[in-house]
Order: sequence, then structure tokens, then C-alpha cells
Amino acid sequence: MIRIEPREAPSNWWTLGIPVASALLALLLAAIPLALAGANIFEAYIQMFKGIFGSTFAFTEMLTRATPLIFTGLAATLAFRAKLWNIGAEGQLYLGAMAAVAVGTGLIDAPGFILIPIILITGAMAGAAGMAGPAYLKTRFGADEVVTTLLLNFIILIFLQMMLEGPLQDPMGLGWPQSSPIVDAAILPQLIPRMRLHWGLIIALITAVIAQIMLSKSVWGFKLRAVGENAAAALHAGIGVKRTLMSAAIVSGAVAGLAGVSEVAGLRGYLTTDLSPGYGYTGIVVAMLAGLSPIGVVISAIFIASVFVGADTMSRAMGVSSYLADLVVAMSLICVLVGGFIARFKITRTDKGKS
Amino acid sequence: MPEPVILTLSNLSKRFGSVVANDAVSIDLHRGEVLSLLGENGAGKTTLMNMLFGHYVPDSGSIEVADISGKMQPLTLGHPQAALEAGIGMVHQHFTLAENLTALDNILLGSESLFSWRHNRKAARKKVSQIIERTGLAAPLDERVGNLSVGERQRVEILKALFHDARILVLDEPTAVLTPQEADTLFENIGAMTKDGLSVIFISHKLREVLAFSHRIAVLRHGKKVGEIATADADERVIARMMVGADTPTTPRDTQKPGAPVLELNNITVKGKNMRTSLRAVNLTVHAHEVVGIAGVSGNGQSALAQLVSGLISPDGGEMQVDGQRISKFTPPAMLNAGIGRIPEDRHHDGVIGAMSVAENLIIERLQDPAIRKRGFLQQKYIQDNAKQLCKDYDVRGPGIDADARLLSGGNIQKLILARVFECAPRLILANQPTRGLDLGAANEVARRLLEARIRGAGILLISEDLDEVLALSDRIMVIHDGHLVKANTNDREAIGLMMAGEQV
Amino acid sequence: MEILQILLSESFWNATLRIATPLIFGVLGALLCEKAGVLNLGIEGIFVAGAMAGWMAVWLGFGLWGGLLVAAGVGGFFGLIHAILTVPLGLSQHVSGLGITMFATSVSYFTYRTALPQVSSPPRIEPFRPLDIPILSDLPFIGPVLFQQTAMTWLALFMVALVWWVLNRTPLGLAIRAVGDNPDAADAQGLSVYGLRFGAIITGSALMALGGAFLTMSAFDSFFFGMVNGRGWICIALVIFASWRPGKALIGALLFGAFEAFQVRLQTQVGAVVPGQIFLMAPYVLSIFALVIVARRAEYPRALLKPWFKGQR
Repeated sequence: MIRIEPREAPSNWWTLGIPVASALLALLLAAIPLALAGANIFEAYIQMFKGIFGSTFAFTEMLTRATPLIFTGLAATLAFRAKLWNIGAEGQLYLGAMAAVAVGTGLIDAPGFILIPIILITGAMAGAAGMAGPAYLKTRFGADEVVTTLLLNFIILIFLQMMLEGPLQDPMGLGWPQSSPIVDAAILPQLIPRMRLHWGLIIALITAVIAQIMLSKSVWGFKLRAVGENAAAALHAGIGVKRTLMSAAIVSGAVAGLAGVSEVAGLRGYLTTDLSPGYGYTGIVVAMLAGLSPIGVVISAIFIASVFVGADTMSRAMGVSSYLADLVVAMSLICVLVGGFIARFKITRTDKGKS
Repeated sequence: MPEPVILTLSNLSKRFGSVVANDAVSIDLHRGEVLSLLGENGAGKTTLMNMLFGHYVPDSGSIEVADISGKMQPLTLGHPQAALEAGIGMVHQHFTLAENLTALDNILLGSESLFSWRHNRKAARKKVSQIIERTGLAAPLDERVGNLSVGERQRVEILKALFHDARILVLDEPTAVLTPQEADTLFENIGAMTKDGLSVIFISHKLREVLAFSHRIAVLRHGKKVGEIATADADERVIARMMVGADTPTTPRDTQKPGAPVLELNNITVKGKNMRTSLRAVNLTVHAHEVVGIAGVSGNGQSALAQLVSGLISPDGGEMQVDGQRISKFTPPAMLNAGIGRIPEDRHHDGVIGAMSVAENLIIERLQDPAIRKRGFLQQKYIQDNAKQLCKDYDVRGPGIDADARLLSGGNIQKLILARVFECAPRLILANQPTRGLDLGAANEVARRLLEARIRGAGILLISEDLDEVLALSDRIMVIHDGHLVKANTNDREAIGLMMAGEQV
Repeated sequence: MEILQILLSESFWNATLRIATPLIFGVLGALLCEKAGVLNLGIEGIFVAGAMAGWMAVWLGFGLWGGLLVAAGVGGFFGLIHAILTVPLGLSQHVSGLGITMFATSVSYFTYRTALPQVSSPPRIEPFRPLDIPILSDLPFIGPVLFQQTAMTWLALFMVALVWWVLNRTPLGLAIRAVGDNPDAADAQGLSVYGLRFGAIITGSALMALGGAFLTMSAFDSFFFGMVNGRGWICIALVIFASWRPGKALIGALLFGAFEAFQVRLQTQVGAVVPGQIFLMAPYVLSIFALVIVARRAEYPRALLKPWFKGQR
């Protein structure tokens, strides 16, 4: 008989090595679709590398791409740590973006140092509201948050269309479904002249550091981890489980909302329905690759962003579809899942019955 | 006895680590006979039956079963399938029924070829009806098992075994979950079944029913068969002595003068789903400097009592006071604030968070303590020092205070919980099965700590299914049976044993 | 008045059934997986893969029925991966399912783009045509509604009956239900928990892929990106709404189809009283609403989401 047993103590090598190995394996596996597409594999990898490190512009583009992924990865991390399955970061991102546009396109006239915090806070609040709903339905009615957050993503996207054809539509936009531009004072400044990289990255990094500190050092983070790891024991020890879940939901949604603010006020300047090419969903991969560690999220977001940006360059140069990037991302998720299993369990043969 | 032998267990032994669960046990079973296997919790009854059914492989010994022609054949050990095919059916204490399926579907499960295009329900129903007619095991066949009473579920389990042509039926503590009326019905059914030639092994620790319904009694104690007696020759005193042994352990203990009451339950009623989770008008007082032991057979309301005092459930009636203060809110934090320390029954599930460190587990009940939180942040230095100190004081051994708690052994996890509970200097300590599954050294350590707390002035509510433990540690003993709590005016093992079985003494 | 006209029109009921068809396949597939105790969130991606694979097989000349077989096979393949990850390895069914959705979607998109690098208008195939059954399809009202559907709609309705029959009337179905309720009960009777779960997940995923294939091979005649648009997720909600019963699942899918058909007609006939998006949003809102109502009393397969390892009781 074959038995699956937990490993005594997964060493640091396992916990660090597995995500790295998974990511590299997924990159290597990309050779298969590349070969099937008839491309020169070596050349393809070189092009990918160039697309990331070939120039300052390429590198800053990669970091620009990593910025929303850090936010959504953190959103997934904070929720998943409490075993709350927030799959709705995509919708919460758009809620944040809508809030930013609502207050950032002329509603309030104030200098940047006041206006920027205002749009960040309203965006975060909108995202938080987007996750508070499903969390309430879960703790109050027992409705599965996976399904509600997934469905909510579609509802929010349609709501966005409605807003962009209605109250939020740019009157000067010739009828296109897009918002008015963010006023100059609310724009997140560029980090390097003539590059698109903006202050959103700094905010994302600060958020990651805060999340790391809160998770490991604060009483709130302690409760969140306790509820996620063993809700029964947490309840027995006097921790308010439902309350903790609600607070995790609110913080997770708020961080996802910041992703929307950062994209709309840092990169695009106005809001359309294609602001996010699935950053919310990719954030789940980022979080899993990071082993649900906030600082790890920064690294894995940079990896995933590199894959996207590299694959873009490669596809332009070699005519291979840029959907290759999505493929690599999906494969790295599956690899890290299996890898995590190998790190946590060992498979042993037993000849005796159970004991 | 004229009937032929149908099952022989020869010299079966099984040890788990250093614990000997069965030591060279030999038993014969005759056709049409009801054999009672009697013993206290942990005497090795269930282990023995699990070897018979192939769940465990014995370390030594052999099993022979008569085939249909009556010839004895050796049984392949360690394969449940072989036991099933040899005609052995087992009804576990925890039923293996699918609750969302109907009774008939549960009985049918696995009896037909998977890929036939339809059930032969008609024939199956006919066969089941015939079995019901012969044995009287009535159960609503078309009702979902989830809607059935415990007694009905048990009958479905037995029907399942008989449907699969079992000739030997093992019933593991079948009455532990039944009301007395249901139990009486079961015994009538067993009587009818044995008339048909079925042999029954009946595991129990209730003297009354064993004497009333079995033909022969085998008694296990500490893994050994200590006696075998025809029921006709036995009486309760003889059996009780065999079961619990004559030796009364003497733990030297100074006497303490009980202080003021720290816990008072007045007429507390908890309406659970069944008697396992019910309390009926319970009155209980625990004083300072006093250990009150609750003796009883598993599933008689102990878990309801423990959950109540832990703040996990609210009573449906009655009043609870701690230190003279009436408890109005039944939540874990309220109990902690009232000064109750809780040692949970399932220490792995409710006691520690395995994926968090030893140091973190040591402060999990003290998150509001200003020594631990300042402006919402954990005081790492204090937590570390606290953990170092407590691990030293309470001898918690393991890979270190920053290692995950799940890496500790059971005994060290229990010491961790003791350290956490005792450091808060509780007025009342709820110790629910505090030594279950621990080796002797750790168990003694736990007992010593509890008695220390008693000297310090805490009241201790000890719930245990181990009568030895209750006798050794308690100043006063109460017996819980069927949700009722009764005072034991004696330290006599036999008398308490009878009370645990629901007898009036 | 107009509302009544819509509800009485043949085209409305015909469209209801047509829109419901992919959902019927999807709900049945998800139901089968969950009945065996495994949530399959790969459904959204498997829809995409089925749509792409079926369409491409037809485009490559496999014929319509060949295309369906290919779609089902591709769906089964992704189901197999999900089964490996969730059954013997016991990994999180949520995360694994989302991984399958991402994987299946990206494989499909990549394959499509690789096979058809730059096309301005996507190539078309000759899709399933409505079956014109003599006499029956000429019946008033019933004829156009029921008997002018494509073979795939009939296949979907047949599948409802088949899944119902298998689950409720055969030993195999009994075993699947037992495995999803209490694997120990099945194991105690000598049934293979792993085998049954693998079978249910693979078959269920094949059904989901047929739902996707309907989109490209019956509803439309070409494949385009984003065409699944959350239909898979709606199926997951519908399964809970249907309390894991094939008959109720059919009703749920039809209600959903009716709503969609109704809102399109209301918009075109009545015009913009309220923004059209309200109607687009409504199905998703209704799904959440239905979920909240049934959540507390929903009788989940009791073993759903719980990994089971042999020999660990």
C-alpha cells in the first residue's frame, strides 16, 4: 500500500526552492508550445530576455507591469492566509478605479498632496466594500465566497460599462465608453523622466512591507493566521473568527482597490473597460508562487511581469502568439501546487496496515 | 455447548509503539452464540476486533473462520475484503453510512456490479424485507439516513452486514449511543438473529446488558484476557471485579480544606441533538482547593458539559456562576475573563494551532493582555521570554520555541497547553480527558500539575473516562449518565462502575 | 402589453432553449464532479477549450460529430489533470480549479492564435442546423420552439435524462453519490474511491467541454476570444441552486435562458427605459441571490472539498 505522510519539518530549502523551481520549470515547459508553434526556441528565450533586460525602457516597463500584480497578489495573499477565497480582486480593482475617477476628474479641486491621498483612500474603500459584501454573505448566510466573488466580477464589469456610458463618461470623448481624464493634480508622478514607471510601484512596495509587518507582528495578523490555520482552535482560544474574516476581507478588497487607483491614476490617466487584462486573477498565481508571503509577492510579481513583458517582445519579434505568457503563468501555478505538495508530504510504501 | 466453533482467535498480539494493546488473546466463538467482550476503555477490545476485520495486522497470532460447509479456514490478515468475504460483518461505533443516501441505497452499496444499467431494487428490497421479518430490525428503507435516529442507523448498519451474508457480526459498543428503549429492541433483534445461526461478538462495558443478553463473557484488561465465564455462572460483582481489577491505586495526597465555590451550575439544561450532546437539569459545585471528578462512559453528556464551561455553547436553561458572578454571555473570551482555564479534549484540534509556533501558541489566549499587545502590535521580546520561561518551567521539549507546534509530541503539546492555562492563574480549571493518549511519564506530570493548582487554590473540574484517573485525583466524584449528573457517595470502584452503567446504588 | 407579447412569442421560447443548452451541459458536468465530492472550478476554462477544440476539429475536417468527440476528449484531458491534483494529491480544489481554468484558456487561445496567426475575420464552419422534423416542426407554437432546435440541444436534454438515470437508477450512480457523501462508506464496501472520483471528474469535464462546443458549433459558427464570458461560473452557482439534482439543474438553466432571451427582446422592443446593463447584470445578481437563499439549507455533498486518503480514517 502507498501512503501519503506529512513531512516532519519542510526545510527552508524546500519552502524557498519549490517556488523558484516551479517558476523555472514553467519557463522551460514553454519550449513545448514554442516548438509546436515552429519557433526557434533559443532565439525565443533570448528575445524574451532582451524584452526584460534589453534596455532601461524595457526594464521599467516590466516594473510598470509588476505594479498592479503586487497589489492584486497582496490582496489574494491577505485573504488566502485567513482561508478566505477572494477570487474577486478583478472586480475590486475596477471598483477602486471607478472611485478614483469619480473623485479625481474634477469633483474636488485640491493640490496633489491632498488629492492623491484622497483618491487612494476612496479607491481602497470602494475595493473594501466590494469584498465586504461577499464576506458578509459568507459569515451571515454561509454563501460560498468563491462563487459570489467570481460572479461579482462580472457584475462590476457591467456596472463599469454602465458608468462609462453614463455618469462617468467623458463628454469630450466622442461617445466612446471612457471616463474623463484624471486631473493633473491627481496623477501619480513618474519615477523616471520619459518612462511610464510611476509612483504606484512605490505605494505597492510600501503596501507589501506594511502587509508583511502586520501579518507577522501585529495582533490582527496573528488572529488572521490563527483563523486561517485552525479556526476551531482559534475559536476555542477566544478569537472572534467571523470578525477576523470580515476584517481580512475588507483589507484584501482595499488593497485590490489600490491596484485600480494605481493603474488609472498612474498609467492610463482615464478609465476604460480594458484597464486590467486579468490582473485580479493573475494575482492569485502571484500569491501562490509567493507562498502567501507579502514580501515574496513582490518577487513573484516581478517574475510574472517579466514573463508577460518578455513574451510580448518575443511575440513581436518572432510572430509567436503572446498568449504564451498566459500559458507560462498558468503552468507555473500548477507546478507550484504540485511542488508544494512534494514539499509538504512524502509518499511512502507500507506493507503493514494502518496503525 | 453443542454448537460447533465458527471462529478462533489464537494468541493475537498487537503493540503500538511502547503500548501493548493486545497481549496473546485467544477466543473461540460458537455458532449462534452471543459472546460479550467486556472491558474498560482502552482495555484493547476495539484493537482486537480491528485485527479480526483486517484494519490492523497483528504482530503475532492467527485467525481461523469456518467456511459455509463448517470447515475452519485461516483468514488472510490485514485485508478487510477477506474478512467481508469470510462472512464477518462489523458495525463500528462510528457508522460508515452515507447520510444523504436512503437506507436501502446504503444497504445496496457495493453489492452489485457497477456497470449494470439499473439496480435490481425489487429483489434487493425483497431480501432486505425478509431479513427484517426474521430479525425484527425495522428501519424505514426509503428515508435518507441523515433523517434517521441513531438506533435506526445502527439497524441499517446491521442490515447492511446481513445483506452481505455475514455469519459473524461484531457490534462495537452498540448501546453506547442508544437510549435504553432502543437498546432493548436491539437485544430482541440479536436474539432473533442468533436463532438463525448468526454468531455475535458484542463489545461493551455495561454489566447489566452483558449479563442479560449474552451466552458467554470474555473480559479484557490492559490488553490481556483476564477471564472467561459462562453468563449463567456470573453476577455483577464478579464481572465488575474482573473488569476493573481489585487494586486501588494510592496516590499520596495531602487533604485540602475546600474553599468558597468557584463554579456553580444550577439546573443547567442543554438540549443537544442527541444524548451525547445533552445535559438534563445538572447541578454541580466546584470549590477552591478541590478536584471534582466526572466519571462516566463516553457519550453521556461529557462533551456538552465541557463545551458549556468552555463557552462554546449556551445553556437552554439554568444558571452558571463563576466566583459568585452570574455568567450571562457564553463565549470563550467571557469564560477566559471569568477566570476559567480550559484543557480541551481534542488537544490537536482545539488546543493548538499546529502551523503556528510554540511561542505563539503559548499566548493565543492572552491577546488582550497589555504585556503582549502594545498599540495593536505583539511584544516579541516578551513573547519570546515568556515562551523560554514556560518551556523551562513546564518541561516542554521540542525543536524549539519558534518551531511549529505540530512538531511536538502529544505529551509536549499537552504540557504546552498546561503552561498556557496555568500561567493565567485560573480560578477554575476544566481538564477534559487530560491524560488521554499520553505515555505514563507525561500523564503523571499532568496529574501532578493539576494537584499543584489545587493547592494553589484553584477549583478543578476533571472529566475523564478513565475511572482510575478519576479515583486517584478527585476529592469528590460525580457520575454522568445519559445527561444526568449524580453524586457518588463512595470511592468504591464497583459501585461507581454500576452507576456509570446507569444503575441506582 | 409588450411583455405579454414577448412571453407568448415562439422566438422567445425557442431562444430560451437555445441559450440554456450550453448551461445544461455545464451544470450537468459540474454536478457530476460535485456529486463525487470534487468542486471543479476548471469549468470556465474547459468551456473555452471545448469551444476552441470542437470548432477547430470541424474546421480541420473532422465533421461535426467528430468535432464533438474531440471537444469531449479535450475536456476529459483537463478533467484528468484536475483529478490528479485534487484526488490522490488532495490539493486545494479551489486553487487547482482556477489553475485549470487559466491553463485551459491560455492553451486554447495560444493554439488558436498559432494556427490562425492574423485573420481579420475569423473563419467560419458549417455549424449544426436546426433539425427540421417533418410534421412535428410544423405544429403551431410547439413546432418552432421544440422541434427547430439543433441536435446539440436534443443531446443536452438527453444528457439530463441520462445523468439522472445513472445517478439515481444504477449501481454506478449509487457508488458516485456514496463517494461524494462519505468516502469511508464506499471504501468499507470495497469500492475504489479514487477510481470513482477520477471517472466522475473526467466525464463531468467532458460534458462541460460540450457546453463550450455548443457555442462555436451551434450557437455561432466561429471562435472568438472572451465568448464564454462567465457561463462556467454561472453553472457553478446553478448547481447549488439546483441542490445537485439534474432535473432542477435543467429548470435552473431554462430559467436563466428565459431571462436572457427576455431581456434581449425587452430591450429591442421596449427600448431604453433603464440602461441595458441592468438586464445584463441581472443574471449574475440573481445567481448570487439564489445562492444566498439556498446556502443555509443546501445539502452539499458532505464530502465536497474534503480530500480523502486511503487508509487514513
